[in-house]
Amino acid sequence: MIHNIPYLAVVALVAIGFWAMIFRKNLIKVIIGIAIIESGVNFFLVALGYRSGAYAPIYTHAPSGQMVLPVPQALTLTSIVIGVAVLALMLSLAVQIYKKQGTLDTRKGVLKK
Amino acid sequence: MSIDWLLIHSPALIIAIPLFAAFTMPLIKKLGNKTRNGVAFATVLLIEILVIMLAKDVFASGARSYVFGAEPGLTLPSGYIVPIRILFHVDGMSAFMAIISATIALVAVIYSLKFMEKETALDRYYLLLLLMMVGMFGMEFTADLFNMFVFLEVLSIASCGLVAYRIHLADAPEGALKFMVISSIGALMVLLATGFLYGQYDALNIAQLAKELQFNFIDKIALVLLLGAFAMKCGSFPMHQWVPDTYSVAPAPISILLVVSTQVSLYALFRVVFTLYGISSNVVVVGWYLIVLGLSTLFIGVTMAIPQKDIKRLISYLGVSQIGYMLIAVGVGFSLFANPVEFEIYGFRAIEGGIFQLINDSMYMGLLFLVSGALYYRIGTRNLDSMGGLARPMKVTSICFLIGSLAIAGIPPFNGFASKFMIYETVYRFNPIISIVAMLVSVLTLAAMFRAFSAAFMGPSLPEFKEVREVPKSMILGMVILASIVVFFGLFPSLIVDNLVEPAVRALISRPSYIISLLGG
Repeated sequence: MIHNIPYLAVVALVAIGFWAMIFRKNLIKVIIGIAIIESGVNFFLVALGYRSGAYAPIYTHAPSGQMVLPVPQALTLTSIVIGVAVLALMLSLAVQIYKKQGTLDTRKGVLKK
Repeated sequence: MSIDWLLIHSPALIIAIPLFAAFTMPLIKKLGNKTRNGVAFATVLLIEILVIMLAKDVFASGARSYVFGAEPGLTLPSGYIVPIRILFHVDGMSAFMAIISATIALVAVIYSLKFMEKETALDRYYLLLLLMMVGMFGMEFTADLFNMFVFLEVLSIASCGLVAYRIHLADAPEGALKFMVISSIGALMVLLATGFLYGQYDALNIAQLAKELQFNFIDKIALVLLLGAFAMKCGSFPMHQWVPDTYSVAPAPISILLVVSTQVSLYALFRVVFTLYGISSNVVVVGWYLIVLGLSTLFIGVTMAIPQKDIKRLISYLGVSQIGYMLIAVGVGFSLFANPVEFEIYGFRAIEGGIFQLINDSMYMGLLFLVSGALYYRIGTRNLDSMGGLARPMKVTSICFLIGSLAIAGIPPFNGFASKFMIYETVYRFNPIISIVAMLVSVLTLAAMFRAFSAAFMGPSLPEFKEVREVPKSMILGMVILASIVVFFGLFPSLIVDNLVEPAVRALISRPSYIISLLGG
């Protein structure tokens, strides 16, 4: 049971993210929802890479014993980098929308030509 | 540097050359606008030549794999239990998709030379356009689920930048944000599914996963996530709202690349369904899922298109409904996958129709978007109500629009008829009702296109359009290339089906040969 706690946290994070994305009307909160889903997914990948009793592959002179295959960590790093770019892009678009419509509420926006 | 060397390394070069050219664009800008346009054009032309060379070789002598960081052919690292190489695998289907992407990118760049002339920061425009190509080719060639996620994100981010390119338009940031939200959710779902599969089988390689897949509960969750993500990205029914918002604000050459990028998502969907899961999944359920998705997409798309006043939104909604044809045809084929007799009689032909429809769709949708771009270029509006009588000053444009609209409605002798007829006759044997709905949608498409044509081109010439002239030559060239492809494919469909479509479909459905060519017997 104790081993499943990270996965329960993943489910909670993804669910909270989807909830924020679907039910919040403020664009910034929608974007925060996506960021939370992304953290959940990254957390999932890191949790997959954990093997109890094995060493993390970070030593030059490795101690004897089993060592973890570093693929999930590599995936997580790539995904974090992509996530930052996506987040910055979405926030900059939100700024532009605020300039054009005067509000971030998706229900109230009126286009200023 | 012989031809053989080029062929061996072409899967990597097709990704590397546009990537390199993209990031040199801001430097090349210093040499003047002509040089910048010339380099962008030379890059896409070179890629088109490389893709055609590679495709010819793949169709003639079978699939090619490319291993990064090792001898060619050494797909498994020696001494390892699990294959963790970075692999590209180009089979008939990938090569077929690469031809579509390269051709449309070439046309888009030719068209952009004049169309985008008045805009600023064109070095960044070409940078993002080339990055979009990188994303598409990467998704087509990769044999690795995680790389597919990375290239999907490259494609999405680059397209998002281009959708918001005319940021001065009031609704551009909104369309771009919508697109980015959908894309990033889709990509995160793909990543989550990759995690599920990796956690069980310790592999990211599609062939290795396909070999070991057991279709247990977790695999089913992963399948749902992957199907949902790619269906969302290709603009099928419940998530189709982003398509018109995005296509209508993007510049016309980008709209046609966006059409291709939805088809690349469709390719990823087919790759997941046929190669990754294939016969080991419940083919009838997955097939019917695709059929229902396709039917609702068809119907919703066309009914939303009819009342539109904005010409680009009208064409975008029709683009949504065209995706439905491919989903239906391939869904019918896949649901017969477990039944070899019926599959041989009409299932295979249905998939052929769907894949033929895919290349035809990219051509006539491209043509229609380019024509709407030409109208916008000359009269500065997308509103159909304020157009009229434009056939007199813009003769070539109006003929191209007529060809495109007859092709999209499936009227002979244009290419839309050839592929849609294949879909109707095979789907009719599967279930007549689906076929009848598809034909009805075709009629409604004709109605919508006829309305657009008569509103924009027919009628008396309006006084405010006295000064309107034909668009510049490079834009005409872009439209004429696509129009002649539409007519040629319509006149010689069997030539295209035998030489292009059939090898692609054979490669798509032969899951064992995909696994063997990557992992060995």
